[in-house]
Amino acid sequence: MVPVTDYVALSAILFTIGALGVLIRRNPLIIFMSIELMLNAANLAIVAFTRVRIVLEGQIFVFFVMTVAAAEVAVGLALIVAIFRTKHSINIDDMNNLKG
Amino acid sequence: MTFFYLAPWIVFFPVIGLLLNLIFGDWFSEKVIGTIASLASGLAFVVSALLVFSLTQHPDVVRWTLGEWIHIGTLQLDWTFRVDTLSTTMMLVVSGVGTLIHIYAIGYMHEDVRFKSDLKRFRRFFVFLNLFIAAMMILVSGDSYLMLFVGWEGVGLCSFLLIGFWYEMDTLGRPSWANSNAAKKAMIANRIGDFGFLIASFLMFWGFGSLQFDQVFQQAPAIAASNPGLITAITLFLLIGVTGKSAQIPLFVWLPDAMAGPTPVSALIHAATMVTAGVYLVTRSAALYVTVPAAQFIVALVGAVTALFAATIAVGQYDIKKVLAYSTISQLGFMVAGVGMGAFAAGMFHLVTHAFFKALLFLSAGSIILGMERGHHHLAHIHHEEKGKKKEEKSHSGAHEEVFDPGDMRNMGGLRKTMPVTFWLYLIGTLALAGIWPFAGFWSKDEILANAFSQGFTAIYWLLTIAAFFTAFYMGRQIWMVFFGEPRHEAAAHAEESPKVITVPLMVLAALSVLGGALNYPGVDTLSNWLENTVQFIKPIEFQMNVALISTGLALIAILISWFLYGRKPLKAGEIDPLKKMLGPIFTGMERKWFVDELYWAVFLDRYVDVSHFLADVIDWKFWHDWFHEKVIAGTYNWLSNIALNRYVDQLGIDAFFNGIGEWTKETASGLRRFQNGFVRSYALFVLLGVVAILGYLIFK
Repeated sequence: MVPVTDYVALSAILFTIGALGVLIRRNPLIIFMSIELMLNAANLAIVAFTRVRIVLEGQIFVFFVMTVAAAEVAVGLALIVAIFRTKHSINIDDMNNLKG
Repeated sequence: MTFFYLAPWIVFFPVIGLLLNLIFGDWFSEKVIGTIASLASGLAFVVSALLVFSLTQHPDVVRWTLGEWIHIGTLQLDWTFRVDTLSTTMMLVVSGVGTLIHIYAIGYMHEDVRFKSDLKRFRRFFVFLNLFIAAMMILVSGDSYLMLFVGWEGVGLCSFLLIGFWYEMDTLGRPSWANSNAAKKAMIANRIGDFGFLIASFLMFWGFGSLQFDQVFQQAPAIAASNPGLITAITLFLLIGVTGKSAQIPLFVWLPDAMAGPTPVSALIHAATMVTAGVYLVTRSAALYVTVPAAQFIVALVGAVTALFAATIAVGQYDIKKVLAYSTISQLGFMVAGVGMGAFAAGMFHLVTHAFFKALLFLSAGSIILGMERGHHHLAHIHHEEKGKKKEEKSHSGAHEEVFDPGDMRNMGGLRKTMPVTFWLYLIGTLALAGIWPFAGFWSKDEILANAFSQGFTAIYWLLTIAAFFTAFYMGRQIWMVFFGEPRHEAAAHAEESPKVITVPLMVLAALSVLGGALNYPGVDTLSNWLENTVQFIKPIEFQMNVALISTGLALIAILISWFLYGRKPLKAGEIDPLKKMLGPIFTGMERKWFVDELYWAVFLDRYVDVSHFLADVIDWKFWHDWFHEKVIAGTYNWLSNIALNRYVDQLGIDAFFNGIGEWTKETASGLRRFQNGFVRSYALFVLLGVVAILGYLIFK
């Protein structure tokens, strides 16, 4: 049986890849995908731990996370479309309106 | 039956009178105002008479305490009216002559306020006059030196107010500050005298522990033995007070100027009553003076020298009131000399008779002045008719265009025919003043001379005798100049006799001037015996026939000389005084008052002005303003505020600190704002770093 540490290590690797993707990439679509990656890294860690602890709450919680992730992607895509309509660009570097 | 309980009313009645006129005077006519004031004074006279009547049955002093006054430590003074033979004598004179003058003033002020076009001032005059009576009553009835001083200051105030009654004009009615300057002069000269009085009072309290008359006098012999210097100082300081109030050398200069006041004032305050306060003071302090013969001699000498000095000045005066003013100073000199020699009864006797005949003379002079004014107005009226209606307005004011002095004897002459009643009254006053037998002045003056002669005051006797000679001379000169000869001014030709309200009080005074000697005929000595109840130092003096003959003879000779100079060949209009032709510079000296005013200016007043200039320019302006205020205070303040506080504390300290905070905040902010670049991913990076940091902390703690 694969030990839980491997799952956690994979989860950490996935999370790091996701985080770096969010920070580094310019394309919002890629950023969303990276966010999904992080969420799923978390899901993987939760599932792995629930397997070890033999409890159901974590498994259920993963479903919630998936649902939220789906909703988030829907809202995110809608935002991207709206931004594109106004700015005619979805380059993340153009979106610095929060600048102080 | 005694009436001592009425004593306070001698003050209350005049006060009620003045309050009535003060509060309700606006609704009263002149007659009502005058009647109230005269009644107030008259009732005070009635009370005084009742007090005298009571004293005839109970000759010892009665003290009627109205209330507590000053109780501080050992100074225990009550507001006490002292009723004794001396104070009631003064009360009778003050209220009696005062009442006659009140009545006279109804007629006099009626015309005076019209000549000077200010009817409203009629009431004010009577308020002041009542106030004066009240103050004078306090003066004579006070039971302590301090209460006497209250009255002393009160009459001084009234004198000031009444001299400056027409304060915005001179004696001829022209706009000027002459009258108010005369008032100030009187006030200042009296202030010097009051200073002497006060010092004497302080010394008295210091030495005797009391200011109450009886307590002081009881200790006088003991203190005189143990500390003669103290009593000498007290008596001499009191003398300074006397010279101020009674116009003696050296402080007499204010009295001639005081003639700026209306004539009733000159008669009441500056001849009959207030100026005699000094004589009263010396008589009252007899117990002190008799212990110091040296001080007595100085007092007598001051009086005698003043008597002669003022008499010579009176010879050279042209103003009818000025002659009488100097005559008053001279006669006051007689009184002061009398009481100084210890002849207290003689001094008081002369005080009383002088009050009669000098009031008579002044009031008659007032009547003459009014007659001249009437003549002058009459004249203007004639001119007015001659000029016709065309120049109506001009001639109406024409009466005031020409400067006409109704009191100048060179404008008079021949008034005997136009003002016969006044003439006879004036003649009686003159004979009384000149000391002609049997008028009042003869007896009283003679008693002083007899005292001087028989007590061995030879120098004083001769000074006074010569003064009496001059007295007769200047009064003779006045009679000839005013009443005889031809009118030297048209106004004199048109002068009119005064109404009854003016002449009747004069007749009463004339009767008193004739009969006043009866108060103290030699041998009978009514007044001396009366006063002896209070002043125990009165020595009866025998009638000295040779003294009487010498003084009467000299008086007659003087009148003869005056007739020779002024009566035989009357003065023409514009002619120089015949005496001036004869005496030349000496007459100028008399005319110009021996340059005493100029001397005082040169010696005291100019120096005073110099000191004032020094104080104002150097001390106040240069030192105080320029140096102390500008340099020291303002300079220090400016230095402190500009340099120390502004430049160092404020700019370099507080400003720098807060500016530093601001700068630092700005720098920090501009550093921090670079993190706020608006890129979500950089925020996310910080979130990530933060999470990593927190987790790292939690893991490795």
